Amino acid sequence: MSAEALAQSPTALAGISGAEQSRANIACAHCAQPVPTGLLQSDSEAQFCCAGCRAVYETIHACGLDSYYRLRDSADASFKPASPSADTFAAFDSPAFAALYIIPNDSGSNSIDLVLEGVTCAACVWLVERLPRVLDGVLDARLSLRESTVRVTWDPGRAALSRIARTLSQFGYTPHPAKGRLRSDILRIDQRRRMIHLGVAGAIMGNTMLLGLALYAGLAAGMEAQYRTFFRWASGLLGVISLCWPGAIFFKSAYAALRTRTPNLDVPIALALLVGGAAGAINLILDRGEIYFDSLTVLVFLLLIGRWMQYRQQRRADAAVELLFSLTPSTCHLVDGDGGITDVPVEAVHPGDIVEVRSGELIPADGAVVLGRSAVNQALLTGESVPSEVEPGANIHAGAQNVGGILRIRVDKTGADTRVGQLMRLVERGVREKPAIVQFADRAGARFVIAVSIAAIATFAFWCRLGIPHAIDHAVALLIVTCPCVLCLATPLTLAIAIGRLARADILVKSGAALERLARGGRILLDKTGTLTEGRLRLIEWIGDDSLRAPVAAIERYSNHPIARALVSEQAGMKRRERSDQSAVPDGVDSDHRQIPASTALASEDLTPTDISERNDGGISARIGHHQFRIGSPNFISRHCEIPEHLQQARRTHESAGATVIGIAVDDRCVALAVLGDRVRADSRAAVDSLTRMGYAASILSGDAAPVVRSIAEQVNIPSHRARGEVSPEQKLAAVHEPIDPPGITVMVGDGVNDAAALAAADVGIAVHGGAEASLAAADIYVARPGLAPLTQLFATSRHAMRVIRRNLIVSLSYNILAGGLAAAGLMTPLLAAIIMPISSATVLSLAVASITSSKATGAQSWK
Amino acid sequence: MEVIFIVLPLAILLAGVAVGAFLWAVRRGQYDDLEAPPCRVLFEDDRAPVTRASRPCKPPS
Repeated sequence: MSAEALAQSPTALAGISGAEQSRANIACAHCAQPVPTGLLQSDSEAQFCCAGCRAVYETIHACGLDSYYRLRDSADASFKPASPSADTFAAFDSPAFAALYIIPNDSGSNSIDLVLEGVTCAACVWLVERLPRVLDGVLDARLSLRESTVRVTWDPGRAALSRIARTLSQFGYTPHPAKGRLRSDILRIDQRRRMIHLGVAGAIMGNTMLLGLALYAGLAAGMEAQYRTFFRWASGLLGVISLCWPGAIFFKSAYAALRTRTPNLDVPIALALLVGGAAGAINLILDRGEIYFDSLTVLVFLLLIGRWMQYRQQRRADAAVELLFSLTPSTCHLVDGDGGITDVPVEAVHPGDIVEVRSGELIPADGAVVLGRSAVNQALLTGESVPSEVEPGANIHAGAQNVGGILRIRVDKTGADTRVGQLMRLVERGVREKPAIVQFADRAGARFVIAVSIAAIATFAFWCRLGIPHAIDHAVALLIVTCPCVLCLATPLTLAIAIGRLARADILVKSGAALERLARGGRILLDKTGTLTEGRLRLIEWIGDDSLRAPVAAIERYSNHPIARALVSEQAGMKRRERSDQSAVPDGVDSDHRQIPASTALASEDLTPTDISERNDGGISARIGHHQFRIGSPNFISRHCEIPEHLQQARRTHESAGATVIGIAVDDRCVALAVLGDRVRADSRAAVDSLTRMGYAASILSGDAAPVVRSIAEQVNIPSHRARGEVSPEQKLAAVHEPIDPPGITVMVGDGVNDAAALAAADVGIAVHGGAEASLAAADIYVARPGLAPLTQLFATSRHAMRVIRRNLIVSLSYNILAGGLAAAGLMTPLLAAIIMPISSATVLSLAVASITSSKATGAQSWK
Repeated sequence: MEVIFIVLPLAILLAGVAVGAFLWAVRRGQYDDLEAPPCRVLFEDDRAPVTRASRPCKPPS
């Protein structure tokens, strides 16, 4: 199996050759997708949809692991065609890699966490964990389904890590070293700690409730004093444990809030717990009055549950983003003195080294080109949509993507010294300057604590005339029954449900606070590439004879230039659509471009170009049949022939709008123009309109050329004074800090490294599909689907969640006023408190759950 | 009813044992991954037969 064949994914094969076969009704033996008829083999029992699936199937078969297919069929999951990587994973054996990712064990063995692509179901667990049987020297393999991460333990004397990685890849799971292992270990410990708190608080609550029940029953039926005292002491001891162990988290948080003078919801909670606990303990010792420990333990448990639920949802979103980090490639090809190439981690490259960057790869470090001509796409770095040409001597920056041929680069700067590194420092500054967020519930809590304190003091003062102990009792009762526990439980629950639902729609929310803030109107700063536009070069318009498109694509297939690729893929896509179904909706292609008149002489001819010559003068020329074709920049064309006036005019119009224009000459007569650019997404305009309706003013902030930005703004209905082009990352950061009128929040939407600082500094930063690693790290929310449509869904969900939270606040406040009034009037008996509190919790909680889950029908309409 | 003075601490002690077992399980990482282990249980464990087969057969003495 050749490496090239492995590297080609089936879709890429179909796309490039343009020969999309019709699919037979036979399922691929590996991935269960339909097999193209052209690939059916009559003599074979197992059929495959692509070379990748065949390779994986044969490996699994050869290892005697066929049970995988049996297991998998019982699991209900969808599969993708396998695309085993052609990589040799040589970088995995380098010392720099070992220092970064390998964990040495005491027994001399090594462990590593590898993130696997393509993990779908339980059968994958089975297959991956058979690794020790397949490969000598591997001691253990444990796959975590949720994290798609396998921990492999092996004996370095008997097996090389690259061999392990190759084996995993041959099974169809491309491995990547798991980044941020230290952080995930800390998070795991944090999760365990929270779980322990929850468990302890729950157990104590259950037991204290039972004791409380006995005490209340004793109140009604009469109880001997010795038993009563005994029960009170048992209940008191349990209560103190609950307050001091799981409950301590509220005291810590409230103390921190008071010290930094940013009051939060934990302050009134801590106050209620402290006063209740102290009063209960005093009454216990004096053997008089009420002890409140049953209510307090319930309080602690309910509050912890609310926190736990929100924490879990945020962790899930966080882990999904973390996974994306690990998938970004982190190795590069180092060229050593005698011309050999070794794969090493990016961290092992030093200034002065020469690295090779192949087509489609990211430039690993800042440097100068020493060999090769190519085009690099700097869209993620600068926002510029048209790839720029590079040749020996040109300087290029880390983070740009090589979209042309192979390049060799002499490294000048690495790591933090690169342009990307500087931008990351800007990100840190953005994060530092971000004002502290006060969550809605915390803001409410701050007012709450003032109101409750005043009410408690008033109650105390009023009842003082009947004696101090009496007054204390009433004030304490008031503090406990008005504890905003419902608010603390319902708010995180609502946010957790909303975050969970967004996650199912591929919108990952890293913080509930960000979701809350989105509901307030304000302005949205949109980066152009990837959000409003498709982020890659596409054919916008074809001026001239449509029948020329097929021969042009046939010639351009021989070129590696990004413009050539755009023309080829456009043609292949069009052919596919025509063959599949005429009635099918073409995705975003103007209808007048779909038809190729088959009767045209050129189209029916054999489209095999001969005499292809591509010199570095901006064009390509070739012969098809007895016609001489020249395709290239208008300058290239005009060197050979005159461009007619109507085409010249069209060229000027399009070039002033920032598009790239390519001329086509047949037999030294310029007959057609192809206009290429970054096309606006079909749904962008509708999405901008619906955002405007929701009260957000959208503006464009792009690093791309000003004419391009102006033309895009026009197409999506954004006024031209709110569309700014040629904005540097520093200016983007400054724009985020600009005061806005009317007051509201600033939402930054972007995908590039150049947006990262602004994403970090904005009130809410949203990174979109296909973004750079830096922007993922800086943003609060990551949208894993392309386009603006998910944004409208995100905003609608956020507003809905906030409506539900406000409603909860009103309901729980009215409960509190009722209960507080009863307590102040001295009518609140412990029994009444024990009944009212669970009832109020139950109503508000069920209200919260019902309103946010039943919103599916109404919510879906407003998202459309 | 004096028996309550023994039974109640005993009951709480019992609950304490359950909580202790829970703490032990959490600290051992039993709750870290709730998805893979349930499937792992269902796989017919083919490790055991392999080790048996690979063990050299001793001729009866």
